[in-house]
Amino acid sequence: MANFFTDNPDLQFHLTHPLMQKIVALKEHNFKGNDEYDYSPKDFEDAMDSYSQVLEIIGEIGGEVISPNAESVDHDGPTLKDGRVIYARGTQENIDAINQAGLMGITLPRKFGGLNFPIVPYIMGGDIVSRADAGFVNIWGLQDCAETINEFGSADQRERFLTRICKGETMAMALTEPDAGSDLQAVMLKAHYDENKKSWFLNGVKRFITNGDGDISLVLARSEDRTQDGRGLSMFIYDKNQGGVTVRRLENKLGIKGSPTCELVFKDAPAEICGQRKFGLIKYVMALMNGARLGIVGQSVGVSEAAYREALAYAQKRMQFGKPIIQFPAVYEMLAVMKAKLTAARSLLYETARFVDMYKTYAHIATERELSKEEKEEARKYQKLSDVYTPLAKGLTSEFCNEIAYDSLQIHGGSGFMKDYPIERIFRDARITTIYEGTTQLQIVAAIKGVTTGAYFAQMTEYEKASIKPETESYRRILVDMTYEYEESEARVTVQNSPEFIDFHARRLVEMAGNIIMGYLLLYDTQRDHNYWKTLEVFLRFARSRNAANAVFISHSNLNDLGKFKFE
Amino acid sequence: MKEFQIVVLAKQVPDTRNVGKDAMKADGTVNRSVLPAIFNPEDLHALEQALRIKDKFPDSVITLLTMGPVRASEILREGFYRGADDGILLTDRAFAGSDTLATSYALSCAIRKIKNFDIIVCGRQAIDGDTAQVGPQVAEKLGIPQITYAEEIVSLTKDKIQVKRRLERGIEIVESSLPILITVNNSAPHCRPRNAKRLMKYKHASTLSKRQESEEDYLSTGANSHLTIKEWGVADIECDLKQLGIGGSPTKVKKVDNIVFQSKESRRLEDFDEDIQILMKELITSHIIG
Repeated sequence: MANFFTDNPDLQFHLTHPLMQKIVALKEHNFKGNDEYDYSPKDFEDAMDSYSQVLEIIGEIGGEVISPNAESVDHDGPTLKDGRVIYARGTQENIDAINQAGLMGITLPRKFGGLNFPIVPYIMGGDIVSRADAGFVNIWGLQDCAETINEFGSADQRERFLTRICKGETMAMALTEPDAGSDLQAVMLKAHYDENKKSWFLNGVKRFITNGDGDISLVLARSEDRTQDGRGLSMFIYDKNQGGVTVRRLENKLGIKGSPTCELVFKDAPAEICGQRKFGLIKYVMALMNGARLGIVGQSVGVSEAAYREALAYAQKRMQFGKPIIQFPAVYEMLAVMKAKLTAARSLLYETARFVDMYKTYAHIATERELSKEEKEEARKYQKLSDVYTPLAKGLTSEFCNEIAYDSLQIHGGSGFMKDYPIERIFRDARITTIYEGTTQLQIVAAIKGVTTGAYFAQMTEYEKASIKPETESYRRILVDMTYEYEESEARVTVQNSPEFIDFHARRLVEMAGNIIMGYLLLYDTQRDHNYWKTLEVFLRFARSRNAANAVFISHSNLNDLGKFKFE
Repeated sequence: MKEFQIVVLAKQVPDTRNVGKDAMKADGTVNRSVLPAIFNPEDLHALEQALRIKDKFPDSVITLLTMGPVRASEILREGFYRGADDGILLTDRAFAGSDTLATSYALSCAIRKIKNFDIIVCGRQAIDGDTAQVGPQVAEKLGIPQITYAEEIVSLTKDKIQVKRRLERGIEIVESSLPILITVNNSAPHCRPRNAKRLMKYKHASTLSKRQESEEDYLSTGANSHLTIKEWGVADIECDLKQLGIGGSPTKVKKVDNIVFQSKESRRLEDFDEDIQILMKELITSHIIG
């Protein structure tokens, strides 16, 4: 019986992080008034035990249903019939298993039928499901669109839609259009209000919409006539039962083939507005995207886990020159670095998830009662951290994911190039993680603010202050050195007072910051569990040399570079 | 719409599917301490069949019945997580050492007490004993028809059931009146996963004696009566004590051999009549066939 949760001690390790005590207490209102539902936890231990047991269910479905289906789903893919999407047989089986297990609406409040879990165990579910099938996690993970309705929808909308999602209906977020990809301000899908029918109607085309034929969709549309920018856009909820939307085309993709990517045609599709008019892009899409980006971090880590395991298993089994290839330095060095990247990425994932948990939970409490001054401060602190950690994590872990998948295929040699081993699919699936929900380049645009405002540096200083075991002191010294190097590089770039020069080096600076942060996270993982020592050591070798390379590039760079690199 | 009273018979068994070297003790008995105790796989298939009936007839009630030590209440919880409504643990020192005859006698007495049952489902056999006798014996003792090797319930009405059986050389669809006992084959669909909410609700379910043992305030569940697993002993069922436990078990294990399957020698035959003739002769002379 394969179980992708119980076979992975790293997950159990992150689930039991000390900050969980506070997150769970906040999420469960200190366990007061929990008698209303017979599945509410009595106390912290009870809640943690439930998370762990529910993750075991996800682990079992991942190992026993979703993973065995992955190959046929990749092969069959969804099909289009009369403007409707029909999932591959395996995808439907996965959905059935997920629904029988009641795994939709995991983070939603109990009054709508949700499980009221924090983000950390939910994201862990995504981590597990992604390892089983990166394409399927999209369909399952789109449930976090519900979070947007929960946060910004009216009481009536929450009641009507969230209960349906908790019962297993699927979701989609329809943002992208043929001419509005990274630049969502250019969205043209038109929304008009019909006074007679007392309803909004949508007309236009959306493209590249994951699970576009889902039951309930969030649609970004232009509600303000004769506007051109983001301020003319509002967020709408479209209910498939209302009709008016057909799927015109299913994309034929390189990877995540089981996840239907749709081109949608809206023809007088009735919809209702979610939240405030004109706040569609500037407020709700940002919230929606931050949730989705964290989801992609989980996906990147899960796919990395799958790729690493495939490489490890192959290297142990494959005999060449009379011994398993894992015994050759060229191979074991690759595996060690893959493992270090994977472990570091996962630590960054859960650190970010905890930050999001803290601020989101406070935000929900704030709708019920006024927060105290200390609580407000704490909420603000974690919101800021979430804002700078989410793009950092999305940018770096998805790149790691691709590096790990690349190396894993390489370890497979010629066999990896064939359709005979899962790594060929995993390698293709990995490719999307650096592209959707904002390309790495766009994550850098968001993350560079963490560099220039000093938010990352402040956090490094915070990490540096924590007390650690004396035998790990030498690692901290390395990280302190790396921090100096980072500061110096940052100063060299910002002193030029040129936004373009900052953009030019942004990737290098963000990567340096991320490597230091991941280094610290592994250092603290080592405090809690000595087994992380080896990974920390390997990661620091890797991170230090990558940062040094970036620092060298920056130290030999000046404004003239912009001209040298630019193509006219 | 008709509702059905369904009883699922289940057994907690040592997981013999991935046995290591220490699975058997020197005396040839199963070393239960090293093997994890699990829900007998085919009984899970049976539970799935019961749940499918409940999917179609939602007012149906599924009662899970197991006989075993207190620890066996674990599988009742497993059953609750997957959708069973009620669970009964048949446990008493008097049942210890039961063979299939004594087991089926005890189970049938317990089922009689449940009353009004329409359908009894159980796995074809348990992975520890592989006898496939308990199900059919229960049906005999209750005097009801039985359908063995079931793979699918094809149709079900108030008083009639059609079942697809998986046999060695094909399938057979048979029809019967109710009540009925069905043993489910391992080719039937796997049981659905545990449900998250049900798990969180029922994970606290335990037997009264277990709660007393752990010195927990066993009255604390109060209104949550569903959290108490019913525990029945000999006193709770009408039965003849002589037919129970080791005294009621004529089967005695004389010796258990540990057999390792391996091919010692092999020979390649060509697809000619001559070769086959020679082989046939050999097999007949050595009394392997004939």
